[in-house]
Formats: sequence, structure tokens, C-alpha cells
Amino acid sequence: MSWFKRIKTGITTKSMEKKEIPEGLWYQCPECKSVMTSEQHADNQWVCGNCGHHEKIGSREYFFILFDEHEYEEVAENLTSGDPLSFTDTKAYKDRIKTTIAKTGLKDAIRVGKGEIEGQKAVIACMDFGFIGGSMGSVVGEKFAIGVNEAIKHDCPFICISKSGGARMMEAGFSLMQMAKTSAKLTQLAEKGLPYVSILTNPTTGGVTASFAMLGDINIAEPKALIGFAGPRVVKETIGKDLPEGFQSSEFVLEHGFLDYIVSRNEIKSKLAMSLKMFSPNS
Amino acid sequence: MITYLDFEAPIKELNEQIQKLKESEVKTGVDMSNAIKDLEAALVEKTKEIYSNLDPWQRVQVSRHPDRPYTIQYIEGITNNQWIELHGDRTVKDDKAMVGGFGMLEGKSVMFIGQQKGINTKMRQYRNFGMANPEGYRKALRLMKLAEKFNKPIVTFIDTPGAYPGLEAEERGQGEAIARNLFEMMKLRVPVICIIIGEGASGGALGIGIGDKVLMLENTWYSVISPESCSSILWRSWDHKVTASKALKLTADDMLQNKLIDGIIHEPVGGAHANRPEIFETVKHEILKHLNELESMNPSDRVNKRIEKFCAMGVVVNN
Ligand SMILES: [Zn+2]
Repeated sequence: MSWFKRIKTGITTKSMEKKEIPEGLWYQCPECKSVMTSEQHADNQWVCGNCGHHEKIGSREYFFILFDEHEYEEVAENLTSGDPLSFTDTKAYKDRIKTTIAKTGLKDAIRVGKGEIEGQKAVIACMDFGFIGGSMGSVVGEKFAIGVNEAIKHDCPFICISKSGGARMMEAGFSLMQMAKTSAKLTQLAEKGLPYVSILTNPTTGGVTASFAMLGDINIAEPKALIGFAGPRVVKETIGKDLPEGFQSSEFVLEHGFLDYIVSRNEIKSKLAMSLKMFSPNS
Repeated sequence: MITYLDFEAPIKELNEQIQKLKESEVKTGVDMSNAIKDLEAALVEKTKEIYSNLDPWQRVQVSRHPDRPYTIQYIEGITNNQWIELHGDRTVKDDKAMVGGFGMLEGKSVMFIGQQKGINTKMRQYRNFGMANPEGYRKALRLMKLAEKFNKPIVTFIDTPGAYPGLEAEERGQGEAIARNLFEMMKLRVPVICIIIGEGASGGALGIGIGDKVLMLENTWYSVISPESCSSILWRSWDHKVTASKALKLTADDMLQNKLIDGIIHEPVGGAHANRPEIFETVKHEILKHLNELESMNPSDRVNKRIEKFCAMGVVVNN
């Protein structure tokens, strides 16, 4: 018996593969314009084989890449937003949530899975940019909290893959307080001496950067991701000048001392596994 | 020169009438004290009436009133000038938008920290409009750790339109600086009281806003975004700030009702700027009251309660 209920990620199964990546469909890299089959692209972890451009991917793909045998158990999968403020802008938030759930098949902007990474137990929380820009509302905070609780319960590392435009405005004050809540949970994880690895991917901005994404025992990033507190448009308006080349890229953030390393998605699993091993009390 | 907000027009008119009567009294020597008394009573009534029915957008306007007291004035007011400002984050520089230092509160040493806005055009620039850079948040954290080392309670005054979104702020890790404060403030072993005295905008406010008691003055706002920015992002125009201010539920009443803060501090009739000695006295009284309660707890219980409070925030549905 394993410590988690094994569920295949879905992407590997023959039927899913057929459905999601129909044969003969092509992918064109937006950076270098080279063309490859969608299958080749997926086999290369959605990284361009020619120029190394990392396509935006979601929790399904990251769980597929990181968990051994592509198997994991999802935690708290049915949580959805409670619309605490009955918020309406040009559209009711309730309806926006419903439409987004139907369109993406996701319940909110984060999913939590437990499984193994090269034989080491781990809980991974992974954000989905496809769900209202990966914005952080109550569900993101609560599932992050449940993920930390799982890691504590099973005495294993906690990993969070961030990909977010920032706050979920439609949850206003509740959204803001998720920054506090996630940081509070990380104090509990730290208290137990368990490692927290933050993986920042394109893009990670706003309240997510100003809370859990920057609080890793190690902070790591994919190449050329946009990482910042204020978005580049706001910074540009503030200073009234064009931004320097590479501003707020992973490489820029590494250079300024806020990341431990940058790793290609092709090597992320092995390097993450080795990092976890070095934190382990058994090493 | 008194600054009046648009909805204060009737107050302005009454004040001007009183002024006129007083002037003609001097000029003509005719006693008009009865008429003046009547007008002054009417002024109090009118001010009460207007201020007891403020809508969210009007409260946002009051929170930004140029005559409103700022952090240093609160510190000076409630310590009777018995405070010593401390400077610098010990790494990069001294951020003028974030101030702090020990002050004496009824014989008790307290660490005061807060964002500072400027009182005139020149000072507003000097204070960077109350928008701190990363070194401001790191200076705040340094002072909190100092207070913790000597077992002194911490009071923060929050008044900011946001953390500064500049190029150098990004280079020096604005996100990391705020995140670090959230994490470290959760664990502080001394009592922490946070008071929103003006604008509480987003992560820039929260960066000094993790406390055992988080209180809002009556005419302040606290949210994830300003009504103007919310309007521009969600409605794609600046014209919906009034609607946005309602939708965001950013007033002290709303925030308390949603259990996102712990209490409201009432302001004098006409707002905090209408009677400074009164608001300083009220705030001092509130701080002492809460400190009294918080200091009776043991530090570990206090920290756990603080962490649990923030962990309970959020509304989700389990389908
Ligand atoms: Zn390419």
C-alpha cells in the first residue's frame, strides 16, 4: 500500500492522449516560429526543442512531469469559491466562476496533489493560470493551507508551483488576507522543520510574489519567466520610461538575489528530487 | 485654509456664514453672539448628519483628506512627544515613506512603526506619497525585531496608497520584502496592534499589517486594490470608482462584518482631522486597552491565536 491513492494524471492514458493531442496537430513556437507536432512538443515537456521556449502549462501537465509514474492523489479537489462579497462588475462573479469551471474543467486556480518524486513523498500545490489569470482568492489560500497540513501530517516536503497574475479582485479583502493566511501556514511548516520549495513560473506577480512564492527555503524558477511584484505596465507608467531588456525575467531576479537557481523544465524533476534529498534527515 | 470635500458643501457654507458674522461683529461692534451660537449649533448638527451617512466612496475621500493626521502626528500626539525616531534598514538606505521608533505611552515603552505621508507638496515627494520601497519594509522588520528583543509591544499605523511600484523597488525585491514581513510578523513574540489610520491599500498595507489586533479608524478603507484601479481593471475605465468602492466592501464596517479585522475606532464628528486632540486620545485609549488584554496572555498562546486568526480567513464551498 502506498501512502496515497494512485490516480493516473490522465495525460498518459491512450484515450486521453488521443483526445488532448490529436495526431497530426502541429505546434508552432511563438518565439522562434519552428514547427513540431503537438506530440513531440508534449514529449519535450511543452518546451520548444529548437529555442527552449517554455509554453505556459497547467497543474495537469506539471503533475504529469513531476510525480513518479505520473501518479498522484488529488487533495481537496472539490473546493470552489463562495463569492463572499456577492461581487458584480461587468458580470456577476458567481457566473464568471461557473463559466470558467465549464470552460477549463478546473474548480479554481490551484490544485494540490500528493505522490512521490523519485521515491520521496511530496505534496505539490500547483496554480493554473487558465482559471481567472491564476488569481488568488479564498480557494487558493484554503487549498494551499490544506496542502501544508498534508505535508505536516505525512512529514514530507511541500512544493508550490506559482503562476499568477496576483489577487482575485472579486474577493477583495478576502483575497488580500490569503497572502497572510498562506504565510501563516508556512510558519507552521517551518516549525516542523519540513522543506518548502517555491517554483516560480511564467508569470508570477502581485500578491503571490509578495507572499508564498518568495518564501521558499529555496526559490527556483523556469527560464525567462516574468517574476515581479508590480506588473511591467505599472512600473513603466510609474517611471515614465521604457523598461530595460530582460527586466523582471527569471534571470534578472536571480541576478538580484531572490532566486536560488533557474532550471529548464526538462531537468526540473531530477534537480528538484536532488534538492529534496539534500534536505532529507536521511541524507 | 480648510479643505472641504465635495459632499461637505453645506458644512462649508455654514462655516462661511459664521465667519462673516464674526467679521461684521468686529467691524460694527454689534453683538451677534446669539446668531453665531445658533449657526454653530446648526453646524454641529449638519456635520453629524453628513458624517453619520457616509457612503463608501465618501469614506475613501475622507481617508485621503489632506488635513488628516499622519503617522508621526499620531505618535507625537499619543506619546506627548516622548519618542525617538530610528532610521535605516542597515542594508540599503533610510526609507522616508516608512518611519518608526520607540515612544513612551503612559510610562510604557512601545515600538511605533508606520507609513508616512507628506503634509505639503514638497514633503509629499520627500515621503514618496507614503509608498514604501523594499528597504521601508525591511526597516520596519528591523525595528520589530528590535522591539521583540527587548520585549516591547509593537503598534503599526497603516496609511498607504500601496507599496511603491518602481524599477528599483523591483530590483531590490519588493515582493520578497513584503512576504518576509508577513512571515516574520506572524511569529513575533510580543503583542502587535495594527491600526489603519487612512488608506490601507493591498500588500503595501498588509506588509506591516499582521497583528493580534487589527483595527480600522471609522473613515478609512482597507482592500486588495483602490477603487480607481479596480474600476480601470474590471470595468476598463476610470469612471466606475464609486461603484467599485461599494463592490469592494472596503469600509471598516464591512471589514469587521467579514471578520477580516478585529475592531473599529470611532472618529470625532467631521473626521479625525476635525479634532486632533480627541482622535489622539481615543487611539491612545484603544492601544492601552488592547495591550492590557494582550499582555496578559503568554507569548506562545498569543502567537498561535494570531496565526489561527489569519488561517481562518476565507470563504469556500465544498461541493
Ligand atoms: Zn522556439
